[in-house]
Amino acid sequence: MITGTPKPIEEILEMVEPYDNIIVAGCHGCVTVCRVGGHKEVEVLSSTLRLARESGGSKIEINELSLERQCDPEYVETLRPLIDDYQAVLSIACGAGIQFLAEKFSKTPILPGINTGFLGVTERQGEWSERCQGCGDCVLHLTGGICPVTRCAKQLFHGPCGGSTAGKCEIDQNVQCGWQLIIDRLKALDQMDNYLKLKPYKGWDSSRDGGPRRIIREDMI
Amino acid sequence: MLPCTGRIEESLLLKAFENGADGVMVIGCLEGDCHYVSGNIRARERVKRVYSILDQIKIGPERIRMYNLSAGEGAKFAAFANEFVEQIMELGPSPINIVRAKTAQKAPEEETL
Amino acid sequence: MKSGSNLEKVLEAGHFSVTAECGPPRGADPEHVRKKAAFVKDNVDACNVTDNQTSVVRMSSLAGCLLVKESGVEPLIQMVVRDRNRIALQSDLLGASAMGVRNLLCLSGDHQKFGDDPQAKNVFDIDSMQLINLARRMRDEGVFPSGDKLEGAPKFYIGCAVNPFADPYEIRVPRLKLKIEAGADFVQTQCIYNMDTFKRYMEDTKKEGLHEKVKILAGVTPLKSAGMAKFMNKFVAGIDIPEEVIKRVADEPKEKQAAKGIEICIEQIGELKEMEGIAGVHVMAIEWEEKLNEIIGGAGLLPRPVVE
Repeated sequence: MITGTPKPIEEILEMVEPYDNIIVAGCHGCVTVCRVGGHKEVEVLSSTLRLARESGGSKIEINELSLERQCDPEYVETLRPLIDDYQAVLSIACGAGIQFLAEKFSKTPILPGINTGFLGVTERQGEWSERCQGCGDCVLHLTGGICPVTRCAKQLFHGPCGGSTAGKCEIDQNVQCGWQLIIDRLKALDQMDNYLKLKPYKGWDSSRDGGPRRIIREDMI
Repeated sequence: MLPCTGRIEESLLLKAFENGADGVMVIGCLEGDCHYVSGNIRARERVKRVYSILDQIKIGPERIRMYNLSAGEGAKFAAFANEFVEQIMELGPSPINIVRAKTAQKAPEEETL
Repeated sequence: MKSGSNLEKVLEAGHFSVTAECGPPRGADPEHVRKKAAFVKDNVDACNVTDNQTSVVRMSSLAGCLLVKESGVEPLIQMVVRDRNRIALQSDLLGASAMGVRNLLCLSGDHQKFGDDPQAKNVFDIDSMQLINLARRMRDEGVFPSGDKLEGAPKFYIGCAVNPFADPYEIRVPRLKLKIEAGADFVQTQCIYNMDTFKRYMEDTKKEGLHEKVKILAGVTPLKSAGMAKFMNKFVAGIDIPEEVIKRVADEPKEKQAAKGIEICIEQIGELKEMEGIAGVHVMAIEWEEKLNEIIGGAGLLPRPVVE
């Protein structure tokens, strides 16, 4: 899922400072699952903003709502009938959702209420970690199902570097060395021969470096 | 009706302040004694989060507090309630109530003008 | 000859070779490099010039190499893949070769987290293994990775680093094998203090016959004090200083600890000289270049041979 973290309340208050009638919009997708942008968070954030604003002497009206997904046009369109009644939308969806709203409603300021994080998994309640960078050219079949681009701090294709100690990465004792994980897994799969091959330079053109990406599925259009 | 403090959401606690509460006291069963196993533990965490929100928006974190009691501890309940009320009295009205009181005072004056 | 560098000549002639390193300054003052080079001169076959080591910004390695060269010392350019993409790396390889730098060490580079710009964007477009291969192909095949022909191939004696003390141990030798396959001509190791682990590493290396395919220069760093030893052991990833080594330094009174560090370093070089498969030493006297003559001379490695 796409993960994120709430922006500090202070930063959000500063963002909504010019407005006194806004929508706080959640999303029922990824951000609900990782507890940063679902309807519960809409309620808490809205209450928080109202309390802060009123006690500061400048009340704010908030319409609390959540869309099924902010990244799909049919759900985004449900906002259209009411958007003009509000001065701004504070979205707590991921960066994709926020931008999609901005794109569809060109006259309304769309404000980000969260900092979008990464494509990751739930380790346990309250803990998420990164797994994929969406580089557009998957090599997981060669690396024991563990991604060198994401899990190695240096994105090495021939790791580990000299900074790997007792399975930990040099950057942080709480970060596992991605290449130690890859090696352990390749051994378990009896695929160490994959490790002993020189890998070609990665083509980063399929990643963000190639510019904004687009997928077109002719069969679906 | 709340069957258990585990059903209390942060938004509900914040609503109480929006509705004019100067303080909110959450009373759950004794830890380890929850009929739903961990309801009161969840409540404790949620109260903590609201505590932090109240701190950040300067309503005052000490306006919310969680106590744990068993149903048979009437005297203790009374003591806790008195203690908390005293604490809130000392703090005075919440900033939001102060603003509301001021606006209410102003409004009739404006009318007479 | 692949590069015609002095280091290559000395090693190919079968001499036990010596390299050292100079860290360029945290500023634009060339005198700083010249001063260090003066300490290095005549004591080594080539001198590494580090490339923003530990991600701390310093004068560029290429500029440092040129200053070292001007001072009459053969430079060895270190190149990390942390800060430059393949376009910049290729360009710098061409530039370095054009300016007469003939030795190259390919490295990943410490993570930027350790430097003074921890918020910098890192590059890691290709890794150090791939940089070795890139330099080898440019040199031997005279082509860019794109396949286009070079107008003059860069001539480098290509090196890589190995750390026999990093984890997991079991891939250390296979990894060296891979680096040789990629195109490494020589190896400089991480600082060795734990001779037992290093001997085991060399045994495993020899079993694969790798010491015959690549020149292995064993890395040593004299300890300045017990404090430095403890700090490195604890905080520098991939450094393993056994208790007894720390104790030997710590047992000395403070003012004699440096001399003890040098004595241990000389002893170690003596031992490494006798080890089969070791082609030379790489003396990393960190900010202590003035002691190089004492250490290298003390180890009986002076004067340096002249090979035509």
